[in-house]
Amino acid sequence: MARALVNVPKMARQGEVVEIKAMIAHPMETGYRIGPNGSNIPRDIIRRFACSYNGEEVFSADLFPAVSANPFIAFTLVATTSGTIDFTWTDDVGKIQTASAMITVN
Amino acid sequence: MHALWPLAAVGAAAICGIVSAAGIEDGEERSGVDFMTPETQALQADDMSNPGMLWVLQGEQLWQQAEGRADVACAGCHDDASQTMRGVAARYSAFDAATERPIDLAGRINSCRAERQQAEPLAPESDALLALTAYVAHQSRGMPITPATDARLAPFRDNGRRLFQSRIGQLELSCASCHDDDWGKRLGGSVIPQAHPTGYPLFRLEWQTVGSLQRRLRNCMIGVRAEPLDLELHLTERARGLLVETPAVRP
Repeated sequence: MARALVNVPKMARQGEVVEIKAMIAHPMETGYRIGPNGSNIPRDIIRRFACSYNGEEVFSADLFPAVSANPFIAFTLVATTSGTIDFTWTDDVGKIQTASAMITVN
Repeated sequence: MHALWPLAAVGAAAICGIVSAAGIEDGEERSGVDFMTPETQALQADDMSNPGMLWVLQGEQLWQQAEGRADVACAGCHDDASQTMRGVAARYSAFDAATERPIDLAGRINSCRAERQQAEPLAPESDALLALTAYVAHQSRGMPITPATDARLAPFRDNGRRLFQSRIGQLELSCASCHDDDWGKRLGGSVIPQAHPTGYPLFRLEWQTVGSLQRRLRNCMIGVRAEPLDLELHLTERARGLLVETPAVRP
């Protein structure tokens, strides 16, 4: 069950710069910590975040162990056409979590 | 002379009353949110950036999910949480007639799981239990805390007050030493808040996750180098009238 919060304005004017916010629940385990039994806690972080606008990738970010748990990413897009904005988060174990939101441009 | 003794006793009681209330004057109660940096306050205020909302979201999904041998979801009996659960967190902890003990919100969720859903109880501090508790408590956000008036709770609450004022641990501090007498001052780099449980379960930046009031109390016990105690009833009584904030954010 993906636990993600994405915030995309429902309506925007053509050419308007809109702020997009995306947050996902993830432990972002660095791999540098030692568990209670003395063995390393294996690294498990989100490696890549990507956002596509009507299928075209418009924003992406590579994440590293220094990023906190539940990474929160905010960025801006130029609203061009109505459509869907898709978000994907890919982590170390290859699990891909997704979320999407609609935007209406007029 | 004989007649003066009751008067003296009343006088002493009045002085004791003043002394025990001296920590926080009426009308001076302030939520921990007032002591935080503007950045942390902004994090709590905006539901889109409050990480606690991830747990509320998960709780909302769990609320709808059928569980246990009875194959029934929370929503199966309680229906729409925004109606049926509104105000519940503002009056908890409550008295549980079955065990004849106080029960907190997470405990009630687990007892409901065992009795009605006939499911295994959720582990303390597990994501699922915190998520359901946060979701239920979130329904009371903005309502004033009004602790249950059940008379059967009184002895437990009194015990909580006694514990709150008892010096414990290697550092010989009581909860009241900091949170009643010295709130607003600094301990190291941090401001000492009044210790009102207004937003539990809450997201703690230090923990990088959501945790319960019990977990927070254990933190303070480690801080004064003592063993954990149950104080929740007294704390909610102290916070009477403050607004529920779940899921709150704290540094």
